[in-house]
Amino acid sequence: MKQIIKNFQKYRFLLSQLVVKEIKLKYRKSYLGILWTLIEPLLTMIVLYLVFSKLRKNNDRTFAVYILTGRLLYSYFSHATKSAMKSIRVNAQMIKKVYVPKYIYPLASVLSQFITFLISLVVLAAVSIVLRIKPTIHILEAIIPIIILFFMALGIGLVLATLAVFFRDMEYLWDVVLMIIMYCSAIFYYPSMVSDNSWILRMNPLYAVILNFRNAILEGVPLDSGALLYSIAFSAIALLAGIWLFYKNQDRFILYL
Amino acid sequence: MSKIVIDVDGVGVKFRMNDEKVDNLKEYIIRKITGRIGYKEFWALRNISFTVESGDRVAVLGMNGAGKSTLLKVIAGVLKATEGKITSQGRIAPLLELGAGFDPQYSGAENIYLYGAMLGYSRDFIRSKFNEIVEFSELGEFINSPVKNYSSGMKTRLGFSIATVVEPDILILDEVFAVGDAKFRKKSEKKIQSMFDRGITVLFVSHNIEQVKKICNKAIFLESGTLIASGPCEDICDIYEVKSNQ
Repeated sequence: MKQIIKNFQKYRFLLSQLVVKEIKLKYRKSYLGILWTLIEPLLTMIVLYLVFSKLRKNNDRTFAVYILTGRLLYSYFSHATKSAMKSIRVNAQMIKKVYVPKYIYPLASVLSQFITFLISLVVLAAVSIVLRIKPTIHILEAIIPIIILFFMALGIGLVLATLAVFFRDMEYLWDVVLMIIMYCSAIFYYPSMVSDNSWILRMNPLYAVILNFRNAILEGVPLDSGALLYSIAFSAIALLAGIWLFYKNQDRFILYL
Repeated sequence: MSKIVIDVDGVGVKFRMNDEKVDNLKEYIIRKITGRIGYKEFWALRNISFTVESGDRVAVLGMNGAGKSTLLKVIAGVLKATEGKITSQGRIAPLLELGAGFDPQYSGAENIYLYGAMLGYSRDFIRSKFNEIVEFSELGEFINSPVKNYSSGMKTRLGFSIATVVEPDILILDEVFAVGDAKFRKKSEKKIQSMFDRGITVLFVSHNIEQVKKICNKAIFLESGTLIASGPCEDICDIYEVKSNQ
């Protein structure tokens, strides 16, 4: 354990370099640069709002924020898991040449997506102010689902990174799974509209996170303890499974790259 | 008595050769069910034991496929040995295929920090060496343009400059002497010579016997994964020459 911490300290600078690199390169060459972190979710929110405005309840001016909260958390989850999954293959050249603790690569991917996500929360704040959504004391609790989501993405990212080394198909398969998750996360509809199939929502750990985030930001009510426990348990298991699978297989990565 | 910096003790590396490379899920599941995942095992290295003392310059000789690169990978810590143990002291810097780790979209300057971080150096250390690297690479103002616009000569110059400025304890050289144009080659050979003079430990893979004799004082000879001779450079080079003329 001590060894691992010492090793991590040695490569902390590399971790920060990789995180900065992913963020920097994502928007290099675009005129608006890092502003896209704000514009992109705003535009998708407007599109989803226009397309699904029939689904909103009468006189509901919070629907835009409802969509935005779901969309922001979902796109962090999807981007983070996808780039973690590809991280080992993308860095194959370095992995073959220089010894670096390999978990640095997926960790850097998840972290850099997390930072972009945190920046994009500015849009949420702005839209909430424009639509006059009154913040309550519960807004402080929003940090809890965010932290849970970070570890959930990291855990699943580690599992996917390991699998993708051995099976290239994971990259295509995961896209399909992500689409299913998106439709099952009540991003642009209300759960009450699918009451027949609400067990799907209850099973979905990402929805549990979204629900609690909305409780804190939008509804101004305490976190749902059932969803909270479920999402914590799921993240913990995903993280442990991810670490276990990654460590068990990392010495064989180089043979498959 | 100089101290031992690399101790290779009974190292073996086993590879699995799949009959066909299975890298998609459908194929894997079908084979798993029908029990047709066939693979051959073979030892790329077996029972390798030798020690390298501080200041030794060791040539690793052998025909193609003898396991030279595998051995270097194991010593660099990139590949894990199936059996046996390797202990090494000091910082190991690989100087193989220069510039392979660059990000093409990053500028030369940004790549210096990235590459330095990969080799395990701190931000302050790289900053303090930054000017020296840029100067040695002779890139001038090109240091701020993206590496994808560099010529291959510029890339190798930059890679060489970063890898050698760091003064590692153990340097792994994998046939990288043909660096850049004649002028830079002279300069880089001088640089490497000065590192030798300081008493750096070197592991050198080459088929160029002249160069090996010039640089190394010891040598080991690998044949199909086993160590068949080790000792003073001259003697081993003779064996190598006899073998390669057979």
